[in-house]
Amino acid sequence: MSGTYLGMPAFPKAAAVSTRDSRLRANLAHATRTIRDKRARAVAELDDWAQLRAAGAAVKDRTLRHLDHYLEQLEAAVTAAGGHVHWAADAKEANRIVTALVRETGEHEVVKVKSMATQEIGLNEALAEAGIRAYETDLAELIVQLGDDLPSHILVPAIHRNRAEIRDIFRREMGNWGRPAPDDLSDSPAELAEAARRHLREKFLSAKVGISGANFMVAETGTLVVVESEGNGRMCLTLPQTLISVVGIEKVVPTWQDLEIFLQLLPRSSTAERMNPYTSTWTGTTDGDGPESFHLVLLDNGRTDTLADTVGRQALRCIRCSACLNVCPVYERAGGHAYGSPYPGPIGAIITPQLRGVEGTLEASLPYASSLCGACYEVCPVAIDIPEVLVHLRERVVEGGPVTRGGARTVLRPARGHAAERAAMRAAGWVLGHPGVLRAGMRFAARTRKLHPRRLPGPGRAWSDTRDLPAVPAESFRDWWQRTRGTGSVPAKQAGDEK
Amino acid sequence: MSGRDVVLGRVRRALADVPGGEGPGGPPVVRDYRRVHGSRTTAETVDLLAGNLADYRAIVHRSDAEGLPALIGRLLAERGARTVVVPPGLERSWTAAADVRLVEDRASSTPHELDAVDSVVTGCALALAETGTIVLDAGPDQGRRRITLIPDHHLCVVRVPDQVVGSVPEALPRLSPGRPLTWISGPSATSDIELDRVEGVHGPRTLEVILLAGGAGAG
Amino acid sequence: MRVALFVTCINDLLHPRTGRAVVTLLERLGVAVDFPAAQSCCGQPQFNTGYRHAAEPLVRRFDRAFRDYAYVVTPSGSCAAMVRDNYPRIGAKAAAEGRGRELADAAALAVPKTYELTEFLVDVLEVTDVGAYYPHTVTYHPTCHGLRMLGLGDRPRRLLSHVRGLELRELPGAEECCGFGGTFAVKNPAVSAAMGADKVRQVIGTGAEAVCTVDNSCLLHIGGTLTRQGSTVRPVHIAEILASTEGSVW
Repeated sequence: MSGTYLGMPAFPKAAAVSTRDSRLRANLAHATRTIRDKRARAVAELDDWAQLRAAGAAVKDRTLRHLDHYLEQLEAAVTAAGGHVHWAADAKEANRIVTALVRETGEHEVVKVKSMATQEIGLNEALAEAGIRAYETDLAELIVQLGDDLPSHILVPAIHRNRAEIRDIFRREMGNWGRPAPDDLSDSPAELAEAARRHLREKFLSAKVGISGANFMVAETGTLVVVESEGNGRMCLTLPQTLISVVGIEKVVPTWQDLEIFLQLLPRSSTAERMNPYTSTWTGTTDGDGPESFHLVLLDNGRTDTLADTVGRQALRCIRCSACLNVCPVYERAGGHAYGSPYPGPIGAIITPQLRGVEGTLEASLPYASSLCGACYEVCPVAIDIPEVLVHLRERVVEGGPVTRGGARTVLRPARGHAAERAAMRAAGWVLGHPGVLRAGMRFAARTRKLHPRRLPGPGRAWSDTRDLPAVPAESFRDWWQRTRGTGSVPAKQAGDEK
Repeated sequence: MSGRDVVLGRVRRALADVPGGEGPGGPPVVRDYRRVHGSRTTAETVDLLAGNLADYRAIVHRSDAEGLPALIGRLLAERGARTVVVPPGLERSWTAAADVRLVEDRASSTPHELDAVDSVVTGCALALAETGTIVLDAGPDQGRRRITLIPDHHLCVVRVPDQVVGSVPEALPRLSPGRPLTWISGPSATSDIELDRVEGVHGPRTLEVILLAGGAGAG
Repeated sequence: MRVALFVTCINDLLHPRTGRAVVTLLERLGVAVDFPAAQSCCGQPQFNTGYRHAAEPLVRRFDRAFRDYAYVVTPSGSCAAMVRDNYPRIGAKAAAEGRGRELADAAALAVPKTYELTEFLVDVLEVTDVGAYYPHTVTYHPTCHGLRMLGLGDRPRRLLSHVRGLELRELPGAEECCGFGGTFAVKNPAVSAAMGADKVRQVIGTGAEAVCTVDNSCLLHIGGTLTRQGSTVRPVHIAEILASTEGSVW
């Protein structure tokens, strides 16, 4: 694994490999089951969860429907509080802005608090090209960075690693980045956390530039909110002289009061806590306390394209809690890397194809990386109907249709590679639309049933490699009905009389 | 065209379906969730705060104004603290009985200097019972954000019941968004190893909270 | 009372026993059952795979076949959910595409009258003891669409709890998907098989003689995995258990 998602194979191909990795399966099953039960308990403590969830969705929907208004309001408030606001239409632009801001400080090192947006745009790689070293300070991000790995979970990017693997990575790599791990480091989580504390301490104390994302931005006050656990966020937000926050435009909420909803929904959905250990809020700069210089980079990078899709738009409500990953049976078995993006799991399967478009092989496969079981929708704290969006995106893949790409409207052609399926669906549709033909087909299937193989060749092996085919009974239901009950239904009038 | 114009232009085109007459205040948001969960007496709310603080591994003490200096002195001594940083507006009497060297936080003091300090003693802006949270707003008795971050031991005094609210919805109207806020629920922690919670990473690994009764008198 | 049976295409071809069981059960409860021969498939395979337009003729066909009935009863949580959740979406999208209200109107008629079997029994007939006898140990797997889209809740379990002779065994991790998911089973065979293997392990672990659901599509996957592993646990649709009596063990 090297630090890039480029050229990742389609989901089924990657998942076919990862599902056979028994250690990965065990790590994921253990971790997701642990958090699943805890989340259920944390949510059950609030008897108004359904109302909070509905209000959270409503606030986000309102904000999205008037996003231009709230972004301008936010910009004015941040600027009035002494911050600088930058706008980035895509990843390249965002990286260019951040790189230039870091260069202006004259520094060659930055400390980073975990941020999905900077993962998404590949900021660390862009900074490295400019000779700037970015230190990830979240424990899981540190594990990923030291292991030259990729994140596989939104909340716990190193969820695919167990404690023994983490100990090995720390022992092997910490010395190359700074203070080495102690020789006798054990795999107890407390000792591993202690090793991370010591390793990063010097970096925090001498850091001049911090880079963050944000969980929420309050339009009316210009306040940014970072929700975290370890204290690395507080370090990055308060000790450096310069703070640069890269935040997706969908993270804005209208009012300070709106936080009362999200600060209840997020911790319980995410880490299954009543409240996470640390939440920092700041508005511009404060004299004598914290950074002297604050820059907010507002990131589009496909979000406005997503916004233009009236069904897919709801994905922008996401508050990145990762509850949907933790309940997803597909995620649990395939692992996060198979999703080929920093956004894995059910939410990734609807965000990645919308941010990047469905034209790529991986992106076109993601909407199908779900059995549509609906567990994700059930736990989503902002009620994103992920199955609805998955099916909507499947349609974009196989039927094409109107989309917005890079701000321009276009009509997508149906994906190649689905031609045989499309023909089969059309044929099936025709048969199903003609019950006479359907009956004949069923009779043919019943008559030839002794000849049906138990295992299929070719594409049918996808089913029959692990499952037996059902035997076709001698008589279909409709033939039985006709044989025993006559022609079918009673005349319509008579049925109508019975109503 | 500036990045700003590009992004805002895209947003507006993306929202072509939103009726022109619908203002930014619409559609309405129904806020029928609770302002606070359950009904409690003031004393019960304070008890809930104490219970939830302890649940997330904060160490909770109770005191009155008279006993406070001795309690703070004892807790710092038990900790073996020799240097203690205090915010400029902290009640002098609180640390009067502590046998430690007091370090006053100054704008010029560096993170490295703070790293050499054993403990920090502060007040708070308020505390939330339902979540076991204390909130600091960088007020005179709390100081700059960094002083409660770098030392490994944080002693925080909460005046009860005045500074205690029940819930998140009750807390926000009492806090000023213009001030830098730090919400603290227990010592720093991580779930990053196998999604199992471990206390103690970068922030103070020991959080002690003193519930100071008769808050109005002390304030 | 007269109802139309929507047997579903999978049951029609592969599980006619289930359809016959519904007829036996409903008639035993005094309900007259019709089978409108114009019925076909609900369109779920097309719709869920992304071929919404291929599902549209099936919405029209459903409307035509069942227009004259006040109740449509189907032994499939998944197909009932297709009608109730997705027909209105198909109608709304067609209207938004400027193709009129025809499909939306058809959906509006179909939604309120379509009942999954256990819903119909508990909510409309208001019966939980259907006089059934089934002398076997059974474990119940709540299928995803019945559980989460229809919100069947404990209706199937309440019905099963009144079946004489039946011993219900709790299925650990019951609410987790079995891995069928329609075309998911062939588009993502590795993950689908892994989910199926875990589900089957839990089913076998209960020691039950039969595994029961409200959906034969899921049973196709669970049953196919069971027999491939050489297990003798029988997949059985809830209708067949509820149709079974002491005089005629199904």
